[in-house]
Formats: sequence, C-alpha cells, structure tokens
Amino acid sequence: MLVFSVFFAAAATAQEKLDVTIGYLEQVVPPPPVLSNLEPVPEDQGLAGVELGIKDNATTGKFLKHGYFLEKRVVEEGGDLAQAAKELVGLTPLIVVNAPRDDLLKLADAHAESGAIFINASAPDVDLRDAECRSNVFHTMPSRAMLSDALAQFAVRKKWTRWAMIEGRRDGDKALASAFEKSAAKFRLKLEARKSWNFETDMRRSAASEVPIFTQDLPDHDLLVVADEADDFARYIAYHTWLPRPIAGSEGVVPSTWSASVEQHGAAQLQSRFRKSAGRDMRPVDYAAWLAVRAIGEAVTRTKARDPRTLRDYMVSDKFELAAFKGRKATFRGWNGQMRQPIPLSHPRAVVALAPLEGFLHRRNELDTLGLDKPESACAAFGN
Amino acid sequence: MIKTALTILLLTTASATAGEIWVSNEKDDTLSVIDDQSLEVIRTIEVGERPRGITFSKDHSVLFVCASDSDTVQVIDPNTGKVLHELPSGEDPEQFVLHPDNRHLYIANEDDAITTVVDVETRKVVAQIDVGIEPEGMAVSPDGKYAITTSETTNMAHWIDTKEQSIVANTLVDQRPRHAEFTLDGKELWVSAEIGGTITIFDVADQSEKAKITFEVKGVHPDRVQPVGFEMTNDGKYVFVALGPANHIAVVDPKTYKVIDYLLVGRRVWHMAFNGDQSRLFTTNGVSGDVTVIDVESLKPIKSIKVGRFPWGAAYRPT
Repeated sequence: MLVFSVFFAAAATAQEKLDVTIGYLEQVVPPPPVLSNLEPVPEDQGLAGVELGIKDNATTGKFLKHGYFLEKRVVEEGGDLAQAAKELVGLTPLIVVNAPRDDLLKLADAHAESGAIFINASAPDVDLRDAECRSNVFHTMPSRAMLSDALAQFAVRKKWTRWAMIEGRRDGDKALASAFEKSAAKFRLKLEARKSWNFETDMRRSAASEVPIFTQDLPDHDLLVVADEADDFARYIAYHTWLPRPIAGSEGVVPSTWSASVEQHGAAQLQSRFRKSAGRDMRPVDYAAWLAVRAIGEAVTRTKARDPRTLRDYMVSDKFELAAFKGRKATFRGWNGQMRQPIPLSHPRAVVALAPLEGFLHRRNELDTLGLDKPESACAAFGN
Repeated sequence: MIKTALTILLLTTASATAGEIWVSNEKDDTLSVIDDQSLEVIRTIEVGERPRGITFSKDHSVLFVCASDSDTVQVIDPNTGKVLHELPSGEDPEQFVLHPDNRHLYIANEDDAITTVVDVETRKVVAQIDVGIEPEGMAVSPDGKYAITTSETTNMAHWIDTKEQSIVANTLVDQRPRHAEFTLDGKELWVSAEIGGTITIFDVADQSEKAKITFEVKGVHPDRVQPVGFEMTNDGKYVFVALGPANHIAVVDPKTYKVIDYLLVGRRVWHMAFNGDQSRLFTTNGVSGDVTVIDVESLKPIKSIKVGRFPWGAAYRPT
C-alpha cells in the first residue's frame, strides 16, 4: 500500500528536475558611422532580449522544476569567435547567435557534427533561408524578403502601385533594395526607378536643398521606398522630396519584426517587461533573441526534454506554437527553419498595418505569403 | 414580415426579472449600464483608468472594478455610481473572482506575475501568490476549494488551494490562456487559450486533461479564431465562447464538447454576461465598441448596442 502511494505521488507530479543552459554568442560589429546620433545602437542589443527570455522561461519553469541558465560569449571586433563558439558548444547545445551571415555559417559548419542547434537572431540574409541554409540553424529574425513582402502587401492594399526607390551604398542597403525589388515583382507593383544615394555632405544641414534636386528626376510614383539598413540617411529624406509622396522602407512606414510602437495583442506587456528589465525600448534584434529563447523554453516545457534532437524535432513539428505578441501563433517553417510570424508595419508613434494583410491568402498558412515559401526556397538541408 | 414579427415578439417577451448589464469600457475609463428590458444604455459612469474585470458582490450591493492602470480595485455603489472606496489590489489588476464566501477577492496582477488575495471587508491583502507570466483568467470552484489563475505567457492554469493560499497544481494548456470557469457541479474546469485556439477541459478530481475543443469558423483563418471569454448556462445546455477577432460566438454543448453553432457578433468579441433568467446573452465587442444581444432560446443575435470605447468586461445585476 505504501509502495503504491509513493508510486502514485511520483506519477501525479511526474516532474523530473531539469536544468537547461542556453548559450548566447555574439560577434560585436561596430555600427557604421551614421549622420545622426539621435538613436545610438545599444551595446546590449540582443543580449537584453536573451536575458528577458531566460527570466520568462524560468518563471514558467519553476512550476515544472525546470531551471534556465545563461552562458554568454560576447566577442569584440577582431576577437576569436571560433574559440568562443567552441567553448559554448562545450557547455550547451542550444545557442542563440547574434552575428553576421558569414560568421554564422562558419560556426554552423564547424559544429555540424556536434548536434548543437543555432538560432539566428540577427542576420536577415535571404540566402540563409535558401541555398545557404543549414540543418542546424533556425531563424527567429525575419529575412529581408519577409519584411519587403510585408511592405508590398501594404502598398497593394493602399493601391500605391508605382514605386521609386533610393538605396544606400552599403551591402545591407543593396540587399534590402533587391528584396524590395523582388517583392514589388511578386506582388505586381511597378518599380519605376532605383537610385543610389551618393552624398558625402552633412544632410542635417543640407537636406532641404539637396533632396529636392536628388529626387526631381525620379519618374512619378505613389510610394518612395528607401533602403538604408544602418539608419544613416533615410531620416533626412522625408518632407524634402520633389513630389509630396509617402515614404516607406527604412523610414516612414517601416516593416520590422518589432518596434516600440507595437502595443496590441498583449504586446504592451512584453514592452513594459523589457523596459523594466533593460531600461530601454525593445529593438528588433532584442525581440528576435527573446523569441529564440522562448522557442527553446516552449519546446522544453512541452517535451520535458533538453536534448537538441528532441527539441529540434518538436520545433519543426506541427505541435510547436509560440504566442509572440503579434496576434497569431509563431511556428517554424519545416523547409528552412525560419520562424513564421506577422510583420508589423509601423512608424515611431503607431502601427500602421500588420502583415499578412487581409486578403493575401495561402493554402497552408497566410504567414507564408511573407518571405520564401516552400516552392521558392532552395533549402534542402531540412529535408521537409 | 415574419422575421419582423418574430423580432418584435422577442423584444416584447423580455425576461420577467428586470435588471441591468454593466459593461467596462477599457479605453474610455467608464462603465455603460444597459437596461435589459429596453436594451438601451441608461447610465454612463466614470471610473478609474483602464477598467477591465468587473463583478458584483453576491447580494449585488456593490460592484468591484479592476482599474488596471490606476493599480486599484474600485468598490462602487451601483445605485449612485459613486466610488465607495478602493481595495489594495497589487499592480495592474486585470481580472478577478469573488470567492463563494463573499469576502475574498482573487485578483490577477498582469504585470507582476502575482495573484493577490484581498479581504473585501478588512480591505487588506491576505496573500500574494507567485504565478506564471501575465496572469489573466480567474475562476473559483463552486465549493470554494480552488481558485484558478491562468498565465498567458507561461501557458498554465495554476490551482490555488484557498485554505493555504498556495499553489497545489499547475496544468499546461495551449498558448495564451485567457479565461477559466468551473462547471456548476464543480467537476470540470474549462480554460480557453487565445493563440492556441482551444478550450481545454480538466477533471477537477485529479487535474487531468479530459477533453479539448477546437473551433472552425467558415471564411476565417484558423489563426484568427481565438477563444477568449466564455460563459455557461445554468441548465447545462450551452457554453458560449467568444472567439475574439473571428467576430463570432461559438455555442458548445458541454455534454458532448461539440460546437453546435457559430453566431456572428461585433468585432473582437471579448467577454459576456447573461441577464437574470439567462434568456439573453450580452457580448462585449472591443473593436466595434458595442454589445451584441443574443436570444438564447433561438440562438440569434437580436440587437447591437453602442457603448464606450473598447468594451471589455460585463456583469449582471437585478433591479
């Protein structure tokens, strides 16, 4: 009888203590010089999201006897990322990465046999979800294609079908501009012109005289799209254009995974939790890093396991779902490891629209109208 | 013509027990009072900031209002509309439930991951219980033994022993649980999950999962079918489930757990309350800023009533 009751008590709680260590690996990339110093990039961008995610996981975990711990390696410019990655992989197979594309690929390949899972919380490069995908790399940061598709849907809805585009000269600007061009074609918008920003002058003083002339030769358009990923010059274009036109892209109506003006669907609570924890507003990389940690937490909660094989299988399965404060469940695309998620289109004071917009249908999931859909992705590593 | 006649019939054969439906308007800091006979707003009462959960004392002599952004629970005389006093509620109270003892108010403090227990007579905090992230839904079993808090980001129902004021069990549900209710006989606990799109039913005896209900509204993507508030009829015939941005109420048979019907209501339907004899259901429609009146017998919406901005909670009192 005693034996039975002891057994029963164990079965009723059925909770094995489980400690989960999540690694955070960052390659610090000094932000390029920009014209305005109004919004410096915070040094703890990414890390602050991971830290809140760990706290959130731990709050949930304490009811299940699941503990969450953070091991971080932040590698300064010129530091040894490979060594830091090696150390981390030695400590945990669950690693959130905040590093540029090339670094991410290198470490994913170096540890392909280790069984470790890397979750990309910062690199928006489309090819990482395409031919350059890796079976051990998930992405919570949306690709540039998801962002540009979101803007294109909004433009279709507004009937702003003629676009003109100004792009910066850095690689990220050009990649973003290409994504906008592809999205324009995908949603049958007309990109009338694509022009490169080529000023060396200080736009803070000369925008009023330079920008009208610079934009004067653009063919007529409904929407001026600006591709300026480092947030360098886009802010000086608004209200100075030759034609009075709305601006979108990196300024004006901005598609992003998160912005300080996202407040619906309970988002206000995440925003205030983050502000309390980090002392500043949550930025897209913070959000993607938080999502990555929560995705691991959710998989651990449901599977009651911590081995990467079980967690990976669960994350790509139909069972996985995550409430992401954007009104729809976030899940992972089985063909390339990209997290499906709504994309807010916002300006600094309000969300203008939330993509996918109503009417953009998909036979499987409307969220797959954003970014690389299964037939469009050349990713074979996931095997789904 | 027949339809008109039927509508008039429905409107004139109103319930014998006259009363009022009180609605909290989250973005107006007011309550709208609807006369359940004329189906018109007869009073608008100013309250604290961001009123959400509202409930009457068992004798309907006072109304409790969660004024979330004022970080307080206001106690209101429903006859005069005056605030009598405030209760210490902890930060950001969202929903609450009054224990059958008519004394202990269990309050979900959304920003603080805490459930606060307040004695409404002494006006003192009796206990604060650590729960999961973003506690929201609150329920109490008919025998008063358990209070339930659901936590939106932790995705659990926390079972609180009301004698010990401590958690005795935690049961996982789907993403973003919003509301919880015990069945009248106390044998089942129902919990809705907004992002998961489900209602999970637990056997109270051993807290095991007994069933799960999913919903499907024609022409609405499954991701947008988001069960939030729900109410059960006393005769055990129906459970009405608000489906948020799907703009429908699901009618569920609590014996078979099957959905019988979907009723079109206003936009982003949140919560609801019955009138006195449960012949009518009043739903709060957040985005459209109105209340839909549903005739329970025919399962037909009969009227929509304009209230304040973002109506959220609803409660009934006889007059």
